[in-house]
Amino acid sequence: MVRYFQIFGTFVVASLIRDMTFRLNFVLECVTSLGWMAMNIAFYLLVFSYTSEIGAGSGWTKPPFFVFLGTGLIINAIVQAFFMPSAEEFAEMVRTGGLDTTLVKPIDAQFLLSMHRVKFSAFANGLVGVALVAWGVSRLDTAPTTAAWVLYPLMLACGVAILYGFIVMLAAATILMGRNQGLYDFWFYITNFSRYPAEIYTGPWGGPLRMVCTFVLPILLVVNVPARSLALPIGTGDVRLIIAAVVAAAVMLGLSRLTFQAAINRYRSASS
Amino acid sequence: MSGMATFSWQQLLPSWHGWTTMLSINVADRLAHRGDFFVGTLFRFLPIVTQIFLWTAVFSAAGSELIAGYSRNDFVAYYLLTMMARSFSSMPGLAGGIARSVRDGSVKKYLVQPIDYVGFLMAARVAHKLVYFAIAAAPFGLMFFLCRGFFPPLPEVPTIAAFLATLVMSFLLGFFLEATLGMLGFWVLEVSSLIFVYMLAQYLLSGHMFPLDMLDSITLSSSGYSLGDLVQLLPFQYTAYFPCAVWLGKIQGQELVSGLLVEAVWVVVAAVACRIAFLRGTRRYSAFGG
Repeated sequence: MVRYFQIFGTFVVASLIRDMTFRLNFVLECVTSLGWMAMNIAFYLLVFSYTSEIGAGSGWTKPPFFVFLGTGLIINAIVQAFFMPSAEEFAEMVRTGGLDTTLVKPIDAQFLLSMHRVKFSAFANGLVGVALVAWGVSRLDTAPTTAAWVLYPLMLACGVAILYGFIVMLAAATILMGRNQGLYDFWFYITNFSRYPAEIYTGPWGGPLRMVCTFVLPILLVVNVPARSLALPIGTGDVRLIIAAVVAAAVMLGLSRLTFQAAINRYRSASS
Repeated sequence: MSGMATFSWQQLLPSWHGWTTMLSINVADRLAHRGDFFVGTLFRFLPIVTQIFLWTAVFSAAGSELIAGYSRNDFVAYYLLTMMARSFSSMPGLAGGIARSVRDGSVKKYLVQPIDYVGFLMAARVAHKLVYFAIAAAPFGLMFFLCRGFFPPLPEVPTIAAFLATLVMSFLLGFFLEATLGMLGFWVLEVSSLIFVYMLAQYLLSGHMFPLDMLDSITLSSSGYSLGDLVQLLPFQYTAYFPCAVWLGKIQGQELVSGLLVEAVWVVVAAVACRIAFLRGTRRYSAFGG
């Protein structure tokens, strides 16, 4: 295990050197992602100039909602920084046969393939996410309890684990499909449902959709559970959601492992 | 390369044979991945699902039937219509492609041939859009049919005609704005930052994210003008907001007529800017690589 941490440390250093070699590109990447994110924040500020809450009686007034928004940014920044760049390279490795070299190395293939590249510019949005959470928490009607502060990083980790499971399964699909150019598109459409509080999914269509996105594709648990644990008072229903998030994280990690192993077993080298 | 790009109206557009050839190439290219394309277009409507729930939730707490003059259903219809408007006005890869062809020298093959580069690009885009709509009509039709309950009753014929005119002009405006941006590649080697700023402005100020009427409530200090008034002075609104607002009946009568005229003026201004940028750019162009 220690060896894996050391190797991961080497990946981090190598990626940092690579990013800093093209410093202007790094700055532009940061500015680009900050620009899109600023636009989203502006949009929600505009929405809150017309309403005090998103969903009547949902509790998602402006400060809690910005905790939600910040939490989403933090989770996405972690995923985009640590896992997404490797997953994007994975598709190309399958297509070109470059995967062969990786598979013969004396190290776990999933670890190597899903974590070998770190994109530091993705942390820019994460830092803004932290600032949004801090701003939102400072304006909450009731300050978070100690239990909420303990739960928050744990639930963040569960959210990241669920998304990591999705990424690995999508990447594994590359082996089965031969090409996976739509990986990023799929990612966008799946995560789109996690960008809003679960309370907005109500009514004859929203209710079933909420159940599916919570218990079948647990995408709604990713941001909702950590954000709720910090921004809203913890109720009986929340305990069930917290348990669901922990179980979903474990299941997604296990399932992604099985999917990845099955895909690797079906891999036939594309190189000559 | 001075003198190669002398302009003549006959060269403005490719010949009929050129048009049909480019069209058949684009048709073949698109049809090769028709299944992927169909599913991809359908997937693009998924965010509309979350928008429906988001605006329903916003309205449930807003305590008003209308926000900036739009009902909940208007908002959903607006987002669906922006997808249609953007499919006319968006020009993915146009500016970057022009700048790249200048940078790597491949633009010179257009300069030495008896065709007009801008006309060629326009013909390729028209072909691309025609094929796009031929295939995307099914997913678009399906989504509009499923969401028909969100739309107001069908507008009268003049409004529909005005809507179609705004869509055609939004295509032309989008094309000439992006082409002009790409032509800046004759002066600066790397235009990706400029493209980013343009995309950002376009996304925010075109009404792609929200109806621009929502900005009317934000007043600018003591001037008496709102942010909405300022945005109305820019051309971006015609690439998304304006066509949608016309269909939904938010812009009518004299306001509609003057809006169409201003849009036409913007198209002419952008076309002239593009032509000037091309002529000036080719005068200072030195063919590298290729």
